[in-house]
Amino acid sequence: MSISLPPKTESQPEKLQPTGWLRYLSFSLDHKVIGLQYLICGFVFYLIGGVLAGAIRIELTSPMSDFMARDVYNQVLTLHGTIMIFLWIVPVVNGAFGNYLIPFYVGARDMAFPRLNAVAFWLIPPAGLMLISSYFINGAAQSGWTAYPPLSITTPAPGQIVWIISVLLLGGSSIFGGINFIATILKLRRPGLKLMQLPMYCWAMLGTSILVVLSTPVLAGTLILLSFDIVAHTGFFNPTLGGNVIVYQHLFWFYSHPAVYIMVLPAFGLVSEILPVHSRKPLFGYVTMVYSIMAIVVLGLVVWAHHMFTSGTPPWMRLFFTIATSFIAVPTGIKFFNWVATLWGGRISINSAILFSCGFIVNFILGGITGVALAQVPFDVHVHDTYFVVAHFHYIVYGGSVFVIFSSIYHWYPKFTGKMLNENWGKLHFLMTFIGFNLCFAPQHWLGLNGMPRRVAEYDPQFTFVNQLSSMGALLMAISTLPFLWNVVYSFLKGEESGDNPWEGLTAEWLTTSPPPIENWIGDAPLVVEPYGYGKKEKPQIPSETAMKEDKK
Amino acid sequence: MLPLTAIYTIIISVGLIFGCIWASNNFNFLPVVASSNAPIYDELFKVLFVIGTILFIGMTALVIYSLIKFRKKPGQEGDGPPIEENLPLEILWTAVPAVVVLFVGLYSYDIYNRMGGMQLHSHNNDIHHTMSSQERIWGGIGEASTQVKDDSQVFPVVNVELSAMQFAFLFNYPKGNIISGELHVPVGHPVRMTMESTDVIHAFWVPEFRLKQDVIPGQPTILNFTPTKTGRYPIICAELCGPYHGGMRSTVVVEEQAEYDDWFQKNSKLSEVEA
Ligand code: HEM
Ligand SMILES: [Cu+2]
Ligand SMILES: [Cu+2]
Repeated sequence: MSISLPPKTESQPEKLQPTGWLRYLSFSLDHKVIGLQYLICGFVFYLIGGVLAGAIRIELTSPMSDFMARDVYNQVLTLHGTIMIFLWIVPVVNGAFGNYLIPFYVGARDMAFPRLNAVAFWLIPPAGLMLISSYFINGAAQSGWTAYPPLSITTPAPGQIVWIISVLLLGGSSIFGGINFIATILKLRRPGLKLMQLPMYCWAMLGTSILVVLSTPVLAGTLILLSFDIVAHTGFFNPTLGGNVIVYQHLFWFYSHPAVYIMVLPAFGLVSEILPVHSRKPLFGYVTMVYSIMAIVVLGLVVWAHHMFTSGTPPWMRLFFTIATSFIAVPTGIKFFNWVATLWGGRISINSAILFSCGFIVNFILGGITGVALAQVPFDVHVHDTYFVVAHFHYIVYGGSVFVIFSSIYHWYPKFTGKMLNENWGKLHFLMTFIGFNLCFAPQHWLGLNGMPRRVAEYDPQFTFVNQLSSMGALLMAISTLPFLWNVVYSFLKGEESGDNPWEGLTAEWLTTSPPPIENWIGDAPLVVEPYGYGKKEKPQIPSETAMKEDKK
Repeated sequence: MLPLTAIYTIIISVGLIFGCIWASNNFNFLPVVASSNAPIYDELFKVLFVIGTILFIGMTALVIYSLIKFRKKPGQEGDGPPIEENLPLEILWTAVPAVVVLFVGLYSYDIYNRMGGMQLHSHNNDIHHTMSSQERIWGGIGEASTQVKDDSQVFPVVNVELSAMQFAFLFNYPKGNIISGELHVPVGHPVRMTMESTDVIHAFWVPEFRLKQDVIPGQPTILNFTPTKTGRYPIICAELCGPYHGGMRSTVVVEEQAEYDDWFQKNSKLSEVEA
């Protein structure tokens, strides 16, 4: 029960970095600048990926392939998947919020390796631009975000090679980020701050970064071999040269299943920060939350073949991966029960942040349930590679991660800018997104069960109506971005002043000015040993001298 | 006496459970049943649907109830109660999902077994797969043996070799030296299909059979099924295989023995063949 608020001193630390808005375009070393760079850059790519999604949904309003050429359709769906995963969700839930928040949470003035941090960010815009420009030059890759050979070997090489290079750069960025987070969380903690006193987002980022560092290099190696097959006509994955296409799938999913946790564990962490603040209660079950994150990390590494149940995997392998995958639902379930218990009995302010977080809970539960169903081999052999799977993972990545990103923006915008976002626009945004999202993706479960495969530009005419319903939902989702964008811009210019701590949060980022000064605190960093001490009798405050004594221990 | 809330909770839960069971029996979410393992699949689907819907509605209701019941009322000051943990509760919601998941896993294993998934792909004496020099054949779902055993009449196995390419399926009947773009099978006969692709990965999917198997270049796979209902059903390629992937479709014609024999005789290039 102790936070130390050091006395405020007048002197600002010396400015070594560019100031003003220009620093957002510079090689800034400030973790807060880098965090916002990630966020804004990611959002731009989100809009581009969204336009591509719109193109897909327009094509699918009719059962014929009549809106774009068939090979263009495949390029569009490949770009859509790649952009949304590697340029939007992964950089934002990790890079953006991780960079902004982790140094505060550990009581540091910056990340462990500020230069590496800036390098990690600046790999992203060129990689993204290259990926997108390939569409205009030689045509983009056409083999889906999974790039299964031999298709990826036989489709036009230039697009596929650019795709591989961009994904390698983005993977590199992700690895640099992961190393930085691990070092910061383990080594840069303020003296006196123990691991089990860290806010939950730190644990989520520690788990995620372990996954990043263990699995991303496997993807990199695999893609390098794939590029050899394409450019140098080696035969690693080329069956006509004695290669094995299934090995690629194993290697790919060894990364890409953990990748889905790389997209969602940080979101779990962010929700764990947001719910206690707005329901004015401590995070329920801190210790079990920590263990369940670590259980997810371990289990997440041994479930990859559930993506390969129809790839001719032998029965014992199908069985093992069914059981392992099903059991991930246990630690995941614990987290959801804990969040509901956090809400239970609280004094919940019904604002945009909490609405998006609760939307996340509801959407993710549905996605998790369909996930456990998909993990059952006999169930999966019917719906694998159909719209049922598309529905499943959009409930997870959109209904889960993207909802959390919006929730986090509503929650931390006052910290980023010193201004409040308008609540009415925010609630409108939530309502439109929630309805649009469910209208778009819920019907897709039915489509998959009844015979519509994924990644097709043409389909059986009996599915026309349901596809149009889904496209209407997509349209509503697209429109829902407008109140959000308006809100963000208008509030930045004319919004209500927020003050330093509008939500009366107890975690360290709220114990400084909004926006925070260059090195986070004027004077010493506070010692927050109880980040979730809501409702405790005495307001947790440790006098500065006591905190200093902690330091000396 | 139980407190009123407990009574309400019990009534609502029981209602929810029966509602879900009723819904699973009265709504049809799946296409026609046309193979021996489709009814087994639908049984699994029903069980998963009931468990999933109960969980989903239950959790959603808890979230909405909390948002309404515990919202901050005007004029309310201060924080909620500082409850941080509750060990029995946490043990409960670790144990219950673990049991549910264990049940689902064992049950789906049983389903998989009944579909024939755990059978070894032994070489039947009348099978000569000539598609590849590789001996090892992986994959697919095995024979649905229960169906065959129950019948007094023993149906001979129909052997088909599927060769997939961009963007077509070709079915080869070695016995009659037939190559066909459509799959014809006699109703009630177990079909054993070996498959291989000549270019990229494709997948053979018949929604009415509830079966799918990738067709892989350089790696023969196998699929066994027994069609149970006459009719024409779509064969759909389910693995992205290039620009015309969406158009890569064919038809499986399940017909009575006589019609099948007719078709077989007409198309057979070996005149002396007996179907
Ligand atoms: C309860 C936990 C989960 C389970 C049991 C589960 C299970 C599965 C299974 C079995 C598949 C393969 C389906 C198929 O292709 O036939 C799948 C696909 C997928 N899942 Fe999940 N999942 C879970 C959570 C997640 C999470 C947390 C994410 C992401 C944040 C996610 C994202 C995906 C994606 C992207 C795919 C499709 C990949 C592709 O084929 O392109 N899932 N999931
Ligand atoms: Cu997975
Ligand atoms: Cu195909």
